[in-house]
Amino acid sequence: MIGAGIVIVLILLSLTAPVLSPYDPQAQDLSLRLQPPSASHWLGTDEYGRDVLSRMLYGGRISLSVGFVAVGISLLIGIMLGAIAGYFGGWVDQLIMRTVDVVLCIPTLFLILMLIVFLGPNLFNIMVIIGLTSWTELSRLVRAEFLSLRQRDYIQAARALGVPDFIIIFKHILPNALAPVFISATFGIAGAILLESGLSFLGLGVQPPTPSWGNILTTGKDYITQAWWLTLSPGISIFLTVLGYNLLGDGLRDVLDPRLSGGEEHA
Amino acid sequence: MHMDMNPNVSPDSIAEMKKMYGLDKPIPVQYADWVGRLMRFDFGRSFLDQRPVIAKIADRLPATLLLSGLSLFTIFILAIPLGVYSAMHHNSKKDRFITVFTFVGYSIPAFWLALLCMLFFGVILGWLPISGMRSVNHDMLGAVDKFWDYCAHLILPVFISAFGGLASISRYTRSNMLEVVRQDYIRTAKAKGLPRHSVYYLHALRNALLPIITIIGLALPGLIGGSFIFETIFSWPGMGRLAYESAMNFDYPTIMGIAVIGAMLTLIGNIIADILYAAVDPRIRL
Repeated sequence: MIGAGIVIVLILLSLTAPVLSPYDPQAQDLSLRLQPPSASHWLGTDEYGRDVLSRMLYGGRISLSVGFVAVGISLLIGIMLGAIAGYFGGWVDQLIMRTVDVVLCIPTLFLILMLIVFLGPNLFNIMVIIGLTSWTELSRLVRAEFLSLRQRDYIQAARALGVPDFIIIFKHILPNALAPVFISATFGIAGAILLESGLSFLGLGVQPPTPSWGNILTTGKDYITQAWWLTLSPGISIFLTVLGYNLLGDGLRDVLDPRLSGGEEHA
Repeated sequence: MHMDMNPNVSPDSIAEMKKMYGLDKPIPVQYADWVGRLMRFDFGRSFLDQRPVIAKIADRLPATLLLSGLSLFTIFILAIPLGVYSAMHHNSKKDRFITVFTFVGYSIPAFWLALLCMLFFGVILGWLPISGMRSVNHDMLGAVDKFWDYCAHLILPVFISAFGGLASISRYTRSNMLEVVRQDYIRTAKAKGLPRHSVYYLHALRNALLPIITIIGLALPGLIGGSFIFETIFSWPGMGRLAYESAMNFDYPTIMGIAVIGAMLTLIGNIIADILYAAVDPRIRL
């Protein structure tokens, strides 16, 4: 599990950023502008003489939290609506699923672009907007699981015993429906991190001086011929993080989805 | 409108402007007006340059269609064989290598890869143009040179966006193949001694590809909407950049026009996917 390894290392690095960072990520030293990597500044310095390694560590916290919070929001909405639609069925299901259809009609990237331009680019808005625009797939997944699970004997038994709907949904069905949700959420984190960095690239992401991998890369591109290290480290970090989450999601899918295991018997 | 900020514009002319665009009416009335005009396919005029929105969109559409059509084509040409190969060599080293390779494409930030490629092929080697769709001297070129000029400008954007799209199709093909090869008719085909290749490519692939038709239908909105991040990096004059420019300038009529057209295309794409699927798979009845 290379993916899991990368993900764990990255989470540890960003949790311990204040301890590991050799410098204050905001401290400027104009006498040390655009220094190449050296023993004192492992990843060099940027156009204000700030230490790139420290900014990368703190930026990692921002990028990862965008991923986690955005996916957290979409999980919350997606699971709630999917569970209600799948469990109760009938007109509730119709209402929720037709709403999903309407939301799916609007191109997601376009919607995110509009909302960020109108509401203003800041960390909070970006996390919430990405979260609010990415729950539809999850709600469909959860609904499908609920539709099949609620017919099982043990659920019928729980109902017959008079267990309240609320408890059946959260205690009896949800734990069994979580496997595909986890897989989708893992890919979702990767997607959100990539999206934040893409938005930052257009100046619509987390705003400087707060470091995020996306905006370090963006400022770095203006100095790309003089200071290659400014674009290389954030680029590689985004790439490795997203790759880590994607490989983890793919690995989880192979483990959790019984249809894909086995396959052809090797002759 | 940003005119409120400008001290040189008198309150009278601001009121006049608002009246001209119907902005003085209450919001519900404005909305009703807008829906009314929409029924007649009148998306209004851009706040920026007074051109009809529909003409602005028509200007940008071919560039996006060209770019995303070519990259979708490239993705299918490369991803389907990769997926089949992966499934044939399930869980082998080759399978893992293909998995990692396609995931690298899926995970690498497209704008960063684009930046590196522009620097390497465009600036250092000087082989390829780095942005836009035509060279400065495009109008002076002959017909053949014009064609090559377009090709040169297309290479980087098409390959970089195709690299990013390989993973989903090849993984899809792979998992469908793995499901199909366990069916009885595949065992029969193997049992009667058909060569491995023909079992995979003739018997299994056809059935594994059925769900991919749905993906083509669902790709339609993206095909026409383009990606604003991608088009902005390459200064590609397409729909994605139009959306970005109009959002940055608060050009509401254009924004709404793009949103409505995008939503319509999504619906059309879904319908086409459903119909195609039923046409190809006799088990499904609409």
